[in-house]
Amino acid sequence: MATRASRLHVPHPPARPGDRPNFDYLKLSPAGSVSRPEITAPLDSTAHLAQELVRVIDDEGHALGPWNPHLDAADLQVGLRHMVLTRSFDERMQRIQRQGRISFYMKSTGEEAVSIAAAMALRPDDMLFPSYRTQGLYIARGRSLVDLMCQCLSNTHDMCKGRQMPVMYHWRSGNIFSISGNLATQFPQAVGWAMAAAIKGEDRLAASWLGEGSTAEADFHQALTFAAVYQAPVILNVVNNQWAISTFQGFAGGEHRTFAARGPGYGIPGIRVDGNDFLAVYAVTQWAAERARRGTGPTLIEHVTYRAGAHSTSDDPSRYRPKEEWQSFPLGDPIKRLERHLIALGEWSAERQERLEKELDAHVGECWKESMRYGTLTEGPSLDPATMFEDVFKEMPAHLARQRRELKSLLGG
Amino acid sequence: MPQMNMVQAVNSALDVMLGRDPAVVIMGEDIGYFGGVFRCTEGLQRKYGESRVIDTPISEGGIVATAIGMGVNGLRPVAEIQFADYVYPAFDQIVSELARLRYRTAGEYSAAVTVRMPCGGGIRGGQTHSQSPEGIFTHVCGIKVVMPSNPYDAKGLLVSSIEDDDPVVFFEPKRIYNGPFDGDWHKPAVPWSTHPKGEVPAGHYTVPLSRAQIVRPGADVTVLAYGTMVHVAEAAVRLAGVDAEIVDLRTLVPLDLDTVCTSVCKTGRCVIVHEATRFSGFGAELSASVQEECFWSLQAPIQRVTGWDTPYPHAFEWEYFPGPNRISAALKAVMEGT
Repeated sequence: MATRASRLHVPHPPARPGDRPNFDYLKLSPAGSVSRPEITAPLDSTAHLAQELVRVIDDEGHALGPWNPHLDAADLQVGLRHMVLTRSFDERMQRIQRQGRISFYMKSTGEEAVSIAAAMALRPDDMLFPSYRTQGLYIARGRSLVDLMCQCLSNTHDMCKGRQMPVMYHWRSGNIFSISGNLATQFPQAVGWAMAAAIKGEDRLAASWLGEGSTAEADFHQALTFAAVYQAPVILNVVNNQWAISTFQGFAGGEHRTFAARGPGYGIPGIRVDGNDFLAVYAVTQWAAERARRGTGPTLIEHVTYRAGAHSTSDDPSRYRPKEEWQSFPLGDPIKRLERHLIALGEWSAERQERLEKELDAHVGECWKESMRYGTLTEGPSLDPATMFEDVFKEMPAHLARQRRELKSLLGG
Repeated sequence: MPQMNMVQAVNSALDVMLGRDPAVVIMGEDIGYFGGVFRCTEGLQRKYGESRVIDTPISEGGIVATAIGMGVNGLRPVAEIQFADYVYPAFDQIVSELARLRYRTAGEYSAAVTVRMPCGGGIRGGQTHSQSPEGIFTHVCGIKVVMPSNPYDAKGLLVSSIEDDDPVVFFEPKRIYNGPFDGDWHKPAVPWSTHPKGEVPAGHYTVPLSRAQIVRPGADVTVLAYGTMVHVAEAAVRLAGVDAEIVDLRTLVPLDLDTVCTSVCKTGRCVIVHEATRFSGFGAELSASVQEECFWSLQAPIQRVTGWDTPYPHAFEWEYFPGPNRISAALKAVMEGT
């Protein structure tokens, strides 16, 4: 009998530098075509949501189908404003990093709808456990850009007191958790927060985000297991932006199944949504939030989007993917799509868009000027380095107090 | 002889071992097509193929666990953890599995796995891209722990690590990937081509594990250091103007206690330097061992100069880093016997 030796299967992205971009692997559904189950629907009747792609805005900018959240034009304009502001902020911070004024930056370009539509669909007292590319959550919840910039500058106004790399924000009163430099750690923590809400009998929920690459970490699987076991009021978001630094989504297991389909395997409904469609992200988040608040348990949402920029300012994507790949991405640009929708509604125009962009660019510039007054990494004023010994513990133990005295005497203080 | 920086030396060691031994495979995040975020594996996948230079999912626990399985099945995997700060998801697999497999099976099973990881600060990496967790691993029984201070040693020690039948955790101080660093960040970077240890043979050679090296002979005080801190200690010795003997440990487990104690018994004084935090750090082990072996020769209390016992702060990394001034002050203190 002929036998065939086993052979290591190694996933390959459809295109490398020099190749024509190819997104044939992405299964798309027409806008408006996916049915919307009741939030109390049993798991099996939500199975299709993990395979198809929930989309609302079509190519002409019309909102179609049962997932249309029917938002007021004013709300849509607010969402557009947040997304344009996020993009302008990102562009400015990237330029500033290139000038050497901050040590590092990570843009969210192309993924703005994922954060902003979700934040707008949730209540302000819902607890968010972000990843490092969800700065839109901060912007949608109204944190001042000066505060975010000062964190990136590690200056005297830095919320982290100089202890964290740029973009590792936190916001206690805004109900946004701290960002770790380590991947996926926040996912099971969000589940624990939600379990506490259930233990206390609150109707608040937790939401968390991670990249599709991070689903390979054990934390992801722990999160889904605990969320399913305790039916925790939590929304678990996988942002599938196709690339984890140089590693395409096939290396996280995306070749064989959608990331949304991981949910049903654990007993959790999974929804695959067009992450560049503001209305679709809003609608699925709303659906998941209603489920959580009614005690119907967790939801896993896969946002199909594209990382338009580099992983970070330390990365050079031209080494591993075609330069023009984003232009070929079939789900387009989330800002342009919402803009087109508002124009189709007769509630927006190209001129207003241009005015908005100019206004927000100017606002970002003003915020930057103000932030610089609080110092930069290399130019004063700066925090007292001896503050590094604070907050290791609530009360400083003797050995740290001794080390702090030693540092102060070294610095001539 | 070829000039190499530490990245090229690591790459050369991997290249030599992939070429010599079909059982050697290397694996990690972004290491294949891309060549690694620090470029240590550049060109190796093209040369040896995707089954031997393996891109992995982002899962440090998965990387080490599957490396163990491969090792059990006769391969000799070299796993890269992208930053030492990311190793903790693999901690259980390293501590409970990799380190103890030989022991718990009375020698029937073992896995010759080398786990490489860049460590140390000085690149504005904040608390999750700057750590030196070597002391956490030296506390585990059954793994060897290595940290080179220059390209020649990096290649020779990495070849030895891969050839070793016991598991090795191999730390690469990223601040000195491109050149020796004396602790003064205001100075322009110096390339390895200016340093004698930047000369690296192209072919196979080894630097034995468990052998320290005296990088500066001296009579008055012994400085124990490894990795980046060897160069910082050299600068501090010049600054202090003392006749110090600098010992580059190179391998922390097993420790070359003979070289260490012969030196301290000769000089009668000892300063221990590491970038990692102080409390329960590897310096504590060194201090205790030196005290046990050299007590009657010591003329002053042993001093430790280390990172402070805090996470590595982004904005204050140079106030945190145990630089030449702090080491120099310790050298003067032991010379005065205070």
